[in-house]
Amino acid sequence: MEQIIKVRFSANGQHPELDLDPRTTLLDALREHLRLTGVKKGCDHGQCGACTVLVNGQRINSCLSLAVMHEGDDIATIETEDSAIIAALQDAFIEHDGFQCGYCTPGQICSAAGMLDEIRRGVPSHVTKLLGEETIQITDAEVRERMSGNICRCAAYPNIVRAIMQAAGAVP
Amino acid sequence: MKAFIYTRARDSAQATNAAADGKTTKFIAGGTNLLDLMKLQVEMPEQLVDINRIGLDKIEETPEGGLKIGAMVRNAALATDLRVRTRYEALSRALLSGASAQLRNKATTGGNLLQRTRCYYFYDTTKPCNKRSPGSGCAALGGFNRIHAILGASEHCIATHPSDMAVAMRLLDATVETVKADGSTRTIPIATLHKLPGDTPDQETVLARDELITSVTLPPPPPGRQIYRKVRDRASYAFALVSVAAIIDQSGRSRMAFGGLAPKPWRVEAADQQTDPDAIADHVLQGAAGYGANDFKIPLARRVIRAVLRDIKG
Repeated sequence: MEQIIKVRFSANGQHPELDLDPRTTLLDALREHLRLTGVKKGCDHGQCGACTVLVNGQRINSCLSLAVMHEGDDIATIETEDSAIIAALQDAFIEHDGFQCGYCTPGQICSAAGMLDEIRRGVPSHVTKLLGEETIQITDAEVRERMSGNICRCAAYPNIVRAIMQAAGAVP
Repeated sequence: MKAFIYTRARDSAQATNAAADGKTTKFIAGGTNLLDLMKLQVEMPEQLVDINRIGLDKIEETPEGGLKIGAMVRNAALATDLRVRTRYEALSRALLSGASAQLRNKATTGGNLLQRTRCYYFYDTTKPCNKRSPGSGCAALGGFNRIHAILGASEHCIATHPSDMAVAMRLLDATVETVKADGSTRTIPIATLHKLPGDTPDQETVLARDELITSVTLPPPPPGRQIYRKVRDRASYAFALVSVAAIIDQSGRSRMAFGGLAPKPWRVEAADQQTDPDAIADHVLQGAAGYGANDFKIPLARRVIRAVLRDIKG
């Protein structure tokens, strides 16, 4: 028996209403139903980070979430036009050559946007020395640890870190 | 992914009632492990009950001076809570050492406890696995078993429990609160939540099919400095080969719990009486046995115990 579920969420400011097989992942809903093909399918198992999007401002792997679980949510992908930090990260990735093939880049940039917000909100990481302190310094080590959920097969990591550090400084 | 019926629950009563209706049912919270397994057809529930809108997402002080953590509190939120960071540092550190930031934003407290093993053969449906397919055999016994158990395993299954969070909760003697469809509730010490594999490795916990974890309660923290040390093949985003959550007080007395060694968070209370690192290791590793590629975990665990005690004394 095939079930079809009506789901409505916001995606980059659009408000589509979709009739979906509940098996549809958020990733497939964005790419195949809304044609937001900026978000990429890499491993489809949450290991590579290419599918990273922002849901209500938080980064998640869109491949490991069902679209029907996102009723009413606010979703931003690399195509969003109303995020100053995503725009700044795009410029910085170009300036610092933060990619070769570019397939992981949309996920890297959405992940970096979520990551910088996490630092602003005082979310600690594995490399944060003192957990009791609410203010976290943005360092190379923090960026590397916090971006470990995004794999770059071309190994552009040094330039990705530089691009993120520049964008972090450019947007308050 | 096999087709399933999707149900969105408004509260825990609706969720547990849906799970009691006879269909094979899974509750879905973060979904980060369950959907992964459903794509591979390792998990094939007839029904998914979405519990993302049932609440249970608060962290509250208990009258005893501990914390009651709602089952739906996300791993990132739990690790970030200042009360957890300052009073239960081992738990915060354990959470931050696990998975990736994207996964921690979705994964929940209840789901983390119930995540399945990362044994390669459990994931590979072309291979025998007694946990996935009871009676089919264990491919890990004579296969690649670098990540497998040295304690608590059986001839039927040598898989480990992959959670970091659960190791810290075991150290802290957390309790797990649940509710069933008939409305009955119970409190389960975390030490008895997970079962050893024996000859039924497919049965991993004591929970009934309609039983939902509602919260995890931490008693007041024992005195002493808390740490979590994780040894793994990669510096980030990798499961533990050996991990230890420890509390060490000023007199040098310690208590420890271990990850990466066994089918459940491993703790040997008798070792608390010892202060010498090797004596502690002797107690913890009593009965330890490797299966070839994981033999190294026995000396590695011993060295990690030594390192943790040395580091904390400065």
